[in-house]
Amino acid sequence: MSDQSHALIATAYSVPFAAIAGVPAQAHPAPPAQGKLPKLAPGRLPTGAILLGPVALVVLWELASLTGWLSPKFLAAPSTAVFTGFELLQSGTLADHFLASAGRAYLGLGIGVAIGLLLALASGLSRIGEASIDGLVQIKRAIPTLALIPLAILWLGIGEGMKVALIASSVFVPIYINTHAALRGIDIRHVELARSVGLTRSAFLREVALPGALPGFFTGLRLAVTTCWTALVVLEQINTSQGIGYLMNRARDYGQTDIIVVGLAIYAVLGLGSDFAVRFWERKTLSYRKALAS
Amino acid sequence: MNASAHPLHLPKADAPAVSLRDVTRRFSGRSVLGPVSLDFAAGEFVALIGKSGSGKSTLLRAIAGLDDGVEGDGTLTVPADRSVLFQDSRLLPWKSVLQNVVFGLHAADSNARGRQALADVGLSGREDAWPNALSGGEQQRVALARSLVRQPRLLLADEPFGALDALTRIRMHDLLFRLIRQHRPTVLLVTHDVDEAIKLADRVLVIDEGRITLDQPVSLAHPRARHPGFAALRGELLAALGVTDPI
Repeated sequence: MSDQSHALIATAYSVPFAAIAGVPAQAHPAPPAQGKLPKLAPGRLPTGAILLGPVALVVLWELASLTGWLSPKFLAAPSTAVFTGFELLQSGTLADHFLASAGRAYLGLGIGVAIGLLLALASGLSRIGEASIDGLVQIKRAIPTLALIPLAILWLGIGEGMKVALIASSVFVPIYINTHAALRGIDIRHVELARSVGLTRSAFLREVALPGALPGFFTGLRLAVTTCWTALVVLEQINTSQGIGYLMNRARDYGQTDIIVVGLAIYAVLGLGSDFAVRFWERKTLSYRKALAS
Repeated sequence: MNASAHPLHLPKADAPAVSLRDVTRRFSGRSVLGPVSLDFAAGEFVALIGKSGSGKSTLLRAIAGLDDGVEGDGTLTVPADRSVLFQDSRLLPWKSVLQNVVFGLHAADSNARGRQALADVGLSGREDAWPNALSGGEQQRVALARSLVRQPRLLLADEPFGALDALTRIRMHDLLFRLIRQHRPTVLLVTHDVDEAIKLADRVLVIDEGRITLDQPVSLAHPRARHPGFAALRGELLAALGVTDPI
């Protein structure tokens, strides 16, 4: 038995030895640099390099407009949009519309987050809760929010209440899904530890389950802050005279592509800004994770 | 929450610290443990060695009361104040090192005791660090501090040094040995490392296919690593584990 394994080892080693002895060094593939191995994964981007794509797009777009290749009827030049945006800002129109939109979006967001969180806790921490809630939310998830508009109008009218309710109803889903998954996916080893030190159920919730679910909640929140603005665009086409969505729709009627571009830019800035704010909050709250990188 | 499939009794005064009578465990009908009957004296350091799948962790988990839902019979008499030291440190990443040590400890002087326990394992000054910032060996020392700060009457250690590198493991042996001498809890150390068992234990149990096949007192004087009797005992235990003529 042991002789056989020695023989195997000898055979395995004899191949590379022979290769080294018999083949001149030049025959090996030349290393790319002296003593350096090729980098297989791309390195980290320097700060700001991520802006290359957006800046290039704006430059090309502006050039296309300047040369007349891109008609202002089709799409306004970025410079025109900046000018228009500045004008709207100075006249105070933009601030009014922006505040109206932000009010709806963030009220809906707040209500939706609260509902999503409560449902996720009820469903993630008790079997009866999961049995009664989870299936309903999964069904709700399959129905597009916009498909609920007709019913929402019948129930809540065409005023602000309907808009906020629909935003909340689309926001609570990502909050629920991610928080619930995090609560259900709690590390069984941590549960065992909690039992072995004799933790009570309430202490377990406070010290293990909730902190453990926090990363999932933040993932949901990052999705939710963009969802709330997405829902808003459509809702602001219904019976309103204020809001970014209204501004853009009216601009469409008059063919003012510059205002449409301003609206799009505002949505982009708000989406990125909200995401940045949540990520900043997340980094502060989950600062214990950073230690991993050090 | 505390309702368990297997009731654990509390030992009476002067009785053995841990007592097992005809304990069996089955996983989906297949017997993995027992019947096992054992007594551990108060303050006794028992090492349990066995191959993978021999049932050694099942036995430890039964004694720890962490095996709800597992089929089985028998009577276990186990102290209520017991600590478990797991193979992974099981530190909660969102709690600081000190908060991890005093996790679940309800005493007015919890933090002072936690600091002392950290000092005992050589981690003074790291109280406010996050567990993720510590090395594997340091994390396991925090786990050891968490086990000992409770001053348990029974310490159950499930391959606690199995995931550590060889040098760190030797240091941990010394540390555990030194700290155990302060409070003298009864210890059950589950390991597959025969040398570790001989170095530390007063008594070595060999388990195979769920049954105790050897119950060997170890009376060598400390330190044992260079003791002339070490090699003989090592050979005997390895033979009991089915390893003959090791190199």
